[in-house]
Amino acid sequence: MTTQPARPAPSGAFEFLTTKKDEFVGWARKFSLFPYPFVTACCAMEFMSVSSTLYDTDRFGAALPRFTPRQSDLLMVVGTVTHKQAPILKKVYEQMCEPKWVIAFGVCATSGGFYQNYAALPGIDKIIPVDLYIPGCPPRPEMVIDGIMKLQDRIARDRHPIINEKF
Amino acid sequence: MSDAVFDRIREHLAGVVEEAVVAHGTLALLVEPARLLEVVRPLKDPFGFDMFLDVTAVDWPVREPRFDVVWHFYSTRHFVRVRVKTRVPLADPTVDTLVPFYGSARYMERECHEMYGIAFRGNDDLRPLLLYEGFEGHPLRKDYPKRKEQPLVPYRK
Repeated sequence: MTTQPARPAPSGAFEFLTTKKDEFVGWARKFSLFPYPFVTACCAMEFMSVSSTLYDTDRFGAALPRFTPRQSDLLMVVGTVTHKQAPILKKVYEQMCEPKWVIAFGVCATSGGFYQNYAALPGIDKIIPVDLYIPGCPPRPEMVIDGIMKLQDRIARDRHPIINEKF
Repeated sequence: MSDAVFDRIREHLAGVVEEAVVAHGTLALLVEPARLLEVVRPLKDPFGFDMFLDVTAVDWPVREPRFDVVWHFYSTRHFVRVRVKTRVPLADPTVDTLVPFYGSARYMERECHEMYGIAFRGNDDLRPLLLYEGFEGHPLRKDYPKRKEQPLVPYRK
């Protein structure tokens, strides 16, 4: 008759870990992005692809789109923005709370792309500040993921105001 | 089938249109601006062109008169299309509205008005449709500068 094996002794591997406070906070922040998809055009197809199962931005903590700008901190401008739509984009950006980041997804949001005409805004950075540009028409999902990771690196290095001498 | 319809239309409108040719399976009628309604009225009834497809314009920068205004009609009875063209000068780019015959002309005339500056006499609602209030000029005219921008939000920096 076999006996139940004894409960393994704590290995000690994850009992504690050493880190710095700002690195710890940065690590926590970079995996809690709440994107707001400002989706206007065909890049939406690629956005759906990158956010659903196969490429799965959930792995990077950027899974849950919030459809109100007040609850989100990452504005993803996906597609062409026209002059007529620019006031809406500006209002959405202003409704978001600090800290906030902006990704220009695709070449139209970046520079207007091939829409150099009376109707299209030649790049959203004409009206709002942009942190990250992802070129492509549309960008490959791998490029989007690469872009999100680069933004995460930046967020992890940022210093949150919570980290002060009292923290 | 379609040839028979076209022949009857040509016969009926012989004194009204300047030119009536079949191109790409469509009957193309050229008419003076003043006689537009004399063409459209019989096209709708008795010939049964009950669907208004589009109205648009063509800008010929060096030609006088400068603009073609083009209408497309479709018959759900005969399954054929008719194209009606007229020429208007830059000084007076005015044609009659077709809203009394086809309600859907209302929106398409608005678009043609903002893009080419064609005026539709009798259409009381020619506000911008795709463009915005305050937009100056007509962007699909050939002399509209390609890179001209009229932003609604002031640019940064």
